[in-house]
Amino acid sequence: MTHELTTQVGQLARRSVVRTLRQPAQIVPSVIFPLFLLAVNSGGLKSVTDLPGFPTDSYLTFALAITFMQGALFSVINSGTDLARDIETGFLNRMALTPLRGAALLSGLLAGSLMLGLMQALAYLIVGLAFGAELTAGVGGFFVIIALSVTVTVAFGTIGMFAALRTGSGEAVQGLFPVFFVFLFLSSMALPLNLIQTDWFHAVASINPVSYLLQAFRSLLIEGWEPGKIALGFGIALALGTLGMLAASRALKTRLVRT
Amino acid sequence: MADFRAISRAVAWRSVHNFLTNKALLIPALIFPLFFFASFAGGLSAVGNVPGFDFPTGYTAFQYVFVLMQSAAFGGVFTGFGIARDFETGFGRRYLLAATDRRGIIAGYGIAALLRAFVTWGVLTAVALVAGMQIDGSGVDLVGMYTLAILINITATLWAAGVAMRVRSIQGGPLMQLPIFLILFLAPVYVPLSLLSGWIHAVASVNPVTALLEAGRGFISGDPTVIGLAFALGVVLPIVFALWARGGLRRAEAAG
Repeated sequence: MTHELTTQVGQLARRSVVRTLRQPAQIVPSVIFPLFLLAVNSGGLKSVTDLPGFPTDSYLTFALAITFMQGALFSVINSGTDLARDIETGFLNRMALTPLRGAALLSGLLAGSLMLGLMQALAYLIVGLAFGAELTAGVGGFFVIIALSVTVTVAFGTIGMFAALRTGSGEAVQGLFPVFFVFLFLSSMALPLNLIQTDWFHAVASINPVSYLLQAFRSLLIEGWEPGKIALGFGIALALGTLGMLAASRALKTRLVRT
Repeated sequence: MADFRAISRAVAWRSVHNFLTNKALLIPALIFPLFFFASFAGGLSAVGNVPGFDFPTGYTAFQYVFVLMQSAAFGGVFTGFGIARDFETGFGRRYLLAATDRRGIIAGYGIAALLRAFVTWGVLTAVALVAGMQIDGSGVDLVGMYTLAILINITATLWAAGVAMRVRSIQGGPLMQLPIFLILFLAPVYVPLSLLSGWIHAVASVNPVTALLEAGRGFISGDPTVIGLAFALGVVLPIVFALWARGGLRRAEAAG
């Protein structure tokens, strides 16, 4: 990376991080909402741990993985809304007048997602462990979960940026939230794949990448070190991030018309 | 009275027309309940095998009742969004200027919320039946279940209308939505009350939605339960929130 590119990324990353930290309305719901659902679901579905084949006797531990995915979904909206606001307010047009590189713009904007992902992951994990969730992989697992959560959050953030660049509207990005929630709902979110009895749901959940991201988190929380599952989780997150970044770059070329 | 009827009919017609002709309003209202239903009834069907889970009608019917009540409540909330949008764009003020009996405005929105809910319930019920939902209740039981859903819809609409007319901006959306969301999910959503434990059991035990849900599930399984309490709540809550909505209307009138 050249010095010029490093400077550009650094400046935009700083702006993105500061903007994220200055918006409690972005941070608070993305932390509180998943923790509320964790509390409700871990209480409401505690009895399913009695099902034969359920991998743990703590539904809290099982459900803790869901919070990381919900946090990542908020990242889609937050990163997309921020970029859409830049488009709506003309900031992106002003950037078009500078020698700024597209890669710098996208990378810099993702710094906010990265910061938010880190804060979310720490909050979920610390609260979950404080209320009795297990972490079988130990201290090392703690850091791997944080790393995986940040990777997933940034990957989902690229999708939000793509949506913002394609639509140029914050309202349209907000409207995507339910669409992404569907991916979470139609996964092994509430029960492990082997216990999903409805055939069509099992088939959909089996091909839904979110199931394998959840599996990676759960392997560290429940089983310990399962390199295959962890690698698959990171692989899916990196693939999503790469695809999202490529799509966002292409959309940026259309949006950022050089003058 | 004739004025009241004419105003409520006009407001209802406009709201329903907007709902049916605007895809951005229609599709989420239909899709959301279906996703909840698919996720809960499909993804969690194994919950029906949990030791102590005693609902012979099946887990699909168990979750159908929750999603029915949820869509009833959110139908009211989404109508509240429409009211807020009308006031934000100035249309609400024009209603206030034109209406001789302004209670008709709230009644009109209420009728629209109910018609919206009927559309959603029609689609939800069709999907549930195609998915093999079993119904053990009689026709009278089902009338009881849908009456409860209607009362929930009216209550939620009056709550949301009260908020919308006080805030008069779509920014009041979370204020309309969040309490409804919380009270719904702090009820026995996934398993019966007897299988809940700890703090969630304590909260669900005093949550009025629990009685409404249990009564609804009792109706669909042909084994009516807590009917008296459920209908008492179904009558008292709309009265309380009618006063709340009327207060909102007064605030909107005072704001000019």
